[in-house]
Amino acid sequence: MRLALSILTDAVAYGMVLFIISIGLSIMMGLMRVVNLAHGAFAMIGGYLASYAIRDLHVHYSVAILLAVVGTILVSIPFELLLYRRIYRKSDPLIQVLMTIGITFLIIGVVNFIFGPSLKTIPLPPLLSGPLDIGFRSVPTHRLFVIACGLVTALSLWWLIEKTEFGIKLRASVDHSGMADALGIRTEIIYAATFALAIGLGAFGGVVGAEILPIEPFYALRYMVTFLVVVSVGGAGSIMGALSASMLLGLADTTGKYLAPEFGEFFFYLAVICIVFLFPHGLFGRSHA
Amino acid sequence: MTGIATNDVPARRRLPLLQEAGSALAIAVIGAIGYYLFPDDLAFLTRLIGISFLVLSLDLVTGYCGIATLGHAAQFGVAAYAAGIACVRGVTDPLALLAIGIFAGTLMGLISGALIARFRGLPQLVLSIAVGQLVAALANKLQWLTGGSDGLSGITPGKVFGIYNFDMYSRTAYLFSLAILIIVFVALTRFVRSPFGLMCRAIKDDDLRAKMIGVAVYPRLVLMYGVSGAVAGVGGALTAMSTGVVGLDGVAFERSAEVLVMLVLGGAGHLWGALAGTIIFMIFEHIVAAANPFHWMTLVGLLLILIVVFAPKGLIEPALSLARRLTKGRAS
Amino acid sequence: MTALLEARNISRSFGGLRVTDDVSFTLGAGDRVALIGPNGAGKTTLVNLITGDIAPSAGQFLISGEEINGLSIPERVQRGLVRTFQTTRLFQNLTVADNVALAIMQRRRISKRFFSVSTERPDVRAEWSEILANLGLDRLAYRKVVELAYGQQRLIELAIGLALRPKVLLLDEPAAGVPHDEAPKILDAINQLPADIAVLMIEHDMDLVFKFATRVLVLAAGRLIFEGSPKDVTADHEVRRAYLGSYADARRVP
Ligand SMILES: Nc1ncnc2c1ncn2[C@@H]1O[C@H](COP(=O)(O)OP(=O)(O)OP(=O)(O)O)[C@@H](O)[C@H]1O
Ligand SMILES: [Mg+2]
Repeated sequence: MRLALSILTDAVAYGMVLFIISIGLSIMMGLMRVVNLAHGAFAMIGGYLASYAIRDLHVHYSVAILLAVVGTILVSIPFELLLYRRIYRKSDPLIQVLMTIGITFLIIGVVNFIFGPSLKTIPLPPLLSGPLDIGFRSVPTHRLFVIACGLVTALSLWWLIEKTEFGIKLRASVDHSGMADALGIRTEIIYAATFALAIGLGAFGGVVGAEILPIEPFYALRYMVTFLVVVSVGGAGSIMGALSASMLLGLADTTGKYLAPEFGEFFFYLAVICIVFLFPHGLFGRSHA
Repeated sequence: MTGIATNDVPARRRLPLLQEAGSALAIAVIGAIGYYLFPDDLAFLTRLIGISFLVLSLDLVTGYCGIATLGHAAQFGVAAYAAGIACVRGVTDPLALLAIGIFAGTLMGLISGALIARFRGLPQLVLSIAVGQLVAALANKLQWLTGGSDGLSGITPGKVFGIYNFDMYSRTAYLFSLAILIIVFVALTRFVRSPFGLMCRAIKDDDLRAKMIGVAVYPRLVLMYGVSGAVAGVGGALTAMSTGVVGLDGVAFERSAEVLVMLVLGGAGHLWGALAGTIIFMIFEHIVAAANPFHWMTLVGLLLILIVVFAPKGLIEPALSLARRLTKGRAS
Repeated sequence: MTALLEARNISRSFGGLRVTDDVSFTLGAGDRVALIGPNGAGKTTLVNLITGDIAPSAGQFLISGEEINGLSIPERVQRGLVRTFQTTRLFQNLTVADNVALAIMQRRRISKRFFSVSTERPDVRAEWSEILANLGLDRLAYRKVVELAYGQQRLIELAIGLALRPKVLLLDEPAAGVPHDEAPKILDAINQLPADIAVLMIEHDMDLVFKFATRVLVLAAGRLIFEGSPKDVTADHEVRRAYLGSYADARRVP
């Protein structure tokens, strides 16, 4: 029982981190059809910025999150203008893969040159550190914070996409990009805004999830595959898909680590192969044939 | 009614045998230059040749079939482990080890192909990664067999043809690898122009059209993956023999990404592109990465971006068209 | 005698739109049939259904009496069912000769060889050079398809179709985009085909239809509304209504 609860909190918290980071990638892949392997690199920039802001500028955790998100988006703008624009909705995944791997390498190299190649901690404020008593036992407060962040992210995204003007235009562009252009929707602007949103979410997830996915020099490479797998299993562009895939993979991975640490990764990737082979467009995805 | 059509088909232009002989000669010359100019770096050059098999193998599926894969190191790694394990357990004849590597690589290629060639786009990419990672996880965990994260060491192959010993200056290993590279390269030159190879290029261009002339596309691609696995297997076995160890880096994701970069740098869809990319990349890596791995990453990142933006067909295409223009200029 | 190709009550919808609506017809040996109909009538969709590119929601196809619904695209091709595409689909980065040679080698089941030379095999070369010469493409044999004009690419579509030696040949607007002085070559090439195969041609140019067809099928909004001789089609009331006069214009195209 104790063990089950620990596994569950860890799994859900881990899943939520995966969700917050991957949902940005998922939206981007759903709308712009770009396989952005550099998504984790932007999350990493967020983590490095937050760590720097707290440890060297001594700002509060919440301010650091804000700085990290805004800072990462600013950094990403030239990438969007100069590089990503060329590969939106290109059918050849190879070109996308190569360019975004290139961007990942570049970011890893430059970021570690500037901030130094070492593990970056992001100290938690007193409010979030330590355990929280939830009646029959205590759980780490930070885990609950992450779970809350995930839920808030999911709800706000749902609201943004289903209930706002921007969301309507976004959905129109996903389904019929040519038609959207004809209707006077400037897809270019929609793309740019979505890109910023995706990168911002990535940075946000990178910072709040740093306790679970530690910010280290090869972060962008280490989790590159994980984020892509979440999107692929969930189905590109689907909030429900990303959420359930994150939970599923979080659970599989955490349970595997607790119960069979020897073969954790093995079962993780075996599960991925089975799911993707059976549902090539993801559990909740649609085909874009 | 039309009468007999007058046939204006231009005479056939290529002399295949000549081209193949030219390739063999060119590789031999480059190899000899390496041998005489850098006698102290033969171990590195042998490793380079080993990797070039992997890049050639990747070229077969990516360059000739259009399959985007980030898990290609699996074929290489499995073959390296197979040869290594066999050697540690008593099979020491280099040619036998080579055969074991080829067999293991082919098998792995067929399995990978069956999983990866089924789809296109994102599912294909993710499956390729997952297959690669699965193999890496297995290699890590089956410690009793593979040595796990310590690597498999103590691989001491016997004499080549029972005559030449693997010496510590890597002379034998280098010349042995070079000879096999020449054989494999010539065979591949022929293979990619065979009906089978041509059909793969056709599938890459338009798979629906290929189906509409009666081609069962999926089995073809799986078969091509098998051939590709065999080529990777040669490299894996040679590397295991020449370095004496097999480590997890041989199956790692980074290796898969790296060889993709080499291929695209040189030019996918050309055998010479694959070779050129490997040589350029590995020599640069040898020099720069030793100094500072992060500078190396920055450089590779920039290079990749520049290639994709300015020379998406790799360096070989501009080089070839330049050569063509030069020869034409001389002719006229 | 059983028909070479038979369609029985074929239907297919996209979303709410019934693009093919209970279509039945047969093609027998020696048939030269034109399939006409206004834009968007569902002609290309019908060809896609026959070849197995998309699956019908109801109905059956039979080749020589054998049901083929469960067969894949290549399996249907192996039974002699061959098509050309309305918008060309060629191997753009290969030469013209390679495009045709691949079809020949596939037909002769020598396309799986690993080590023989391909396009230049003497017997293969003889075959593709004859096909290309008949279509006036012989000079272009070693050019990459991507470098050619669209009209020339259209002829390569036909060349591939011929190279497969079909029993049933489905041509989707083979003359569209071909320069006018080259169009007769298409008819010549079709006339040289063995008499006992069936050819179905989608075509808007009525002059060509009259020269080619012994029978005409008219498709409108997914339904077959007319089947008969070319002579009768112009007189048919339904057909006139379907075309709303635009059909009369089509005839006047020089
Ligand atoms: N894959 C598809 N999904 C949705 N609708 C489709 C699809 N393919 C065709 N349609 C629709 O089916 C209808 C018939 O199209 P089709 O291409 O078969 O017409 P056609 O008779 O060949 O016209 P044309 O003379 O212009 O070639 C059109 O309204 C088209 O928009
Ligand atoms: Mg049509």
